[in-house]
Amino acid sequence: MDFLADINNAIPEAALAGFGLVGLLLGAIGGDRTAGLIRLLAAVALVAASVLTAYQFQHPGAADGIAAFASATSPDGLYRVTMFTLFAKTVTYALAALALLMSGGFLKTSQMERYEYPLLIVFGSLGAGLMLSANDLMTLYVGIETLSLSSYVLAAFRRDSLKSAEAGLKYFVLGALASGLLLYGSSLIYGFTGGTAYAVIAAAPISVGLTFGLVFVVCGLSFKASAAPFHIWTPDVYEGAPAPVVAFFSTAPKIAAVALLAHVMFVTFGPHEEAWRQIISIISAASMLIGAFGALMQNSIKRILAYSSISNVGFALIGVAAGVGNGAASVLVYMTLYVIATLGMFGGVLALRRGGRAIDNVSDLNGLVKQKPGMALGLLVLIFSVAGIPPAAGFWGKLQVFQAGLQADMTWLVLVGALSSVVSLGYYLRLVWAMFMKPSAGELDKTDISIGIIVLVTSLLMFPILTVTIQMLLETAARASGG
Amino acid sequence: MALIAFYILSTIVVLSALFVVAARNPVHSVLWLILAFFTSAGLLVLIGAEFLAMLLVVVYVGAVAVLFLFVVMMLDIDFAELKQGFQNYLVVGVLVALALLAEIGIVAAAATFGGGTTFNANPGAATNAEALSRVLYTDYLLLFQMSGIVLLVAMIGAIVLTLRARPTVKRQNIAQQTGRKRKDAVELKDVRPGQGI
Repeated sequence: MDFLADINNAIPEAALAGFGLVGLLLGAIGGDRTAGLIRLLAAVALVAASVLTAYQFQHPGAADGIAAFASATSPDGLYRVTMFTLFAKTVTYALAALALLMSGGFLKTSQMERYEYPLLIVFGSLGAGLMLSANDLMTLYVGIETLSLSSYVLAAFRRDSLKSAEAGLKYFVLGALASGLLLYGSSLIYGFTGGTAYAVIAAAPISVGLTFGLVFVVCGLSFKASAAPFHIWTPDVYEGAPAPVVAFFSTAPKIAAVALLAHVMFVTFGPHEEAWRQIISIISAASMLIGAFGALMQNSIKRILAYSSISNVGFALIGVAAGVGNGAASVLVYMTLYVIATLGMFGGVLALRRGGRAIDNVSDLNGLVKQKPGMALGLLVLIFSVAGIPPAAGFWGKLQVFQAGLQADMTWLVLVGALSSVVSLGYYLRLVWAMFMKPSAGELDKTDISIGIIVLVTSLLMFPILTVTIQMLLETAARASGG
Repeated sequence: MALIAFYILSTIVVLSALFVVAARNPVHSVLWLILAFFTSAGLLVLIGAEFLAMLLVVVYVGAVAVLFLFVVMMLDIDFAELKQGFQNYLVVGVLVALALLAEIGIVAAAATFGGGTTFNANPGAATNAEALSRVLYTDYLLLFQMSGIVLLVAMIGAIVLTLRARPTVKRQNIAQQTGRKRKDAVELKDVRPGQGI
């Protein structure tokens, strides 16, 4: 067996794991003085992993056995890359790096500058990459657990704050329950198919036990993607966790979780499509509606953003419900556009401070345009993109998933999507109204330069860059889905 | 002979499991639990799963049960208070339990009548431990290493959440103590009679 050829496909993950261990050693020796340095190095490692993954995507011949979803070269291998997961991994690593880079200012001002923070993000991204590259339910679980454990700790990272500790504990307890559901489902599947490898499960005939296992696995994965009705933790965790952690949660792990759900449905349970299509469409519809209506009565910006995130996962799931042929590319396009816009939006809104305290109420945004016109304009573009209003690029994402839904004859799901889009405009426009139309609510503190750059870059990407060059993204996503 | 051992061990398992729930004192509950674990290990030896038996004793009796015991003994838990919400949730709880029970029933029926998959308890090796070790560091190397990373993350997490630097706490610095010279601490003064220093 050629060891190097085996490890070739896993180089990005190996690099991340290696950096995590070296960084831990560096931090243990140097202490928190090296936190800034380690944060920078961690961002470099994540960018390197993203570039390596993108390279694999561009040169599928270099690593063997890469196909969009096609059957595996080694059916019982634990680890395998496909074009679909390579695309998702590239975006995941890149966004984790960006989320890490813009956290510097916040960590310094709130005395949270510790070297474990970047390392946990690196290990979390490693887990996200591994769960996407899984070719076996065991690898899937180990990857999910690496990501989840890092996330629980990150949510409670500001341990002096009661809310942060509460967020961490809630996330941990509910996450453990979801892991239990996932494992229970996996054990049923193992019992009824005789294997945990994706290829074995896909080849097995559908049976009662397999269907039950499938339902439990979908429950567990939906929790990780914060899709309704497994979304209860999201608003509480987003409200309590430190701002840069929320920006991380809502980007890199989010696209990884949705892509994972899609990948498991398309590959592992691909031949059993009739068994999961209905479940996924109901989860999708429930997420969109709960995300849209839940946020209407909220006053806390963080909770509104959490509901927005639930609703957007619902939209992405339309693409999953549409099936592999119709929807695979649209899931990637939608999630990519969504997480880029979200990074800027969360980063920008959550970095605003007044008198040293982070703002949390919608009314705290009042009159932002008079004090920080650039920031207000950038946020306007990003909010429009997340809401899916043209000409911002997010509109293309919504169009793609709706088209996929229509192609799969799921008109009712698309109608639910359109309805909840309109309802959710209510709170998106409320944020815009507060920023542009209300009298100022008082002087805001100076924001960190890195936040300004992120908001500028992401808003420029959403309008006009990606609006114009959307064809490139569509083609890349189509290539990733074997189109 | 094995049959007699099986009946004795399984009777003890069932009885001790019953006492885990029935015992009034939580410390006794945990002790019954340890007994149940031990006898289950015996049952596993009987069916030839000696590695699982070792694992049960080392992991469950050694670590988990003792941890439980510590928690039960060290925490002053008012169990009456814990059970207060019990009646409110009883209906929901029973419904969920019934649903899960029905699921197990359906799945078990499907397995019995539909023909499930058979498993090989001794996959081409003399003992369980040998069979496991043959694949653990070869086929499942990736999972083995990643489990190490998971544990490392858990360790980092525990340290991040509990270790705090307290600059006000006075600590002994042994290097500083031993590096102290006589002239740093003692100063000789020639005091003249009738005058202070």
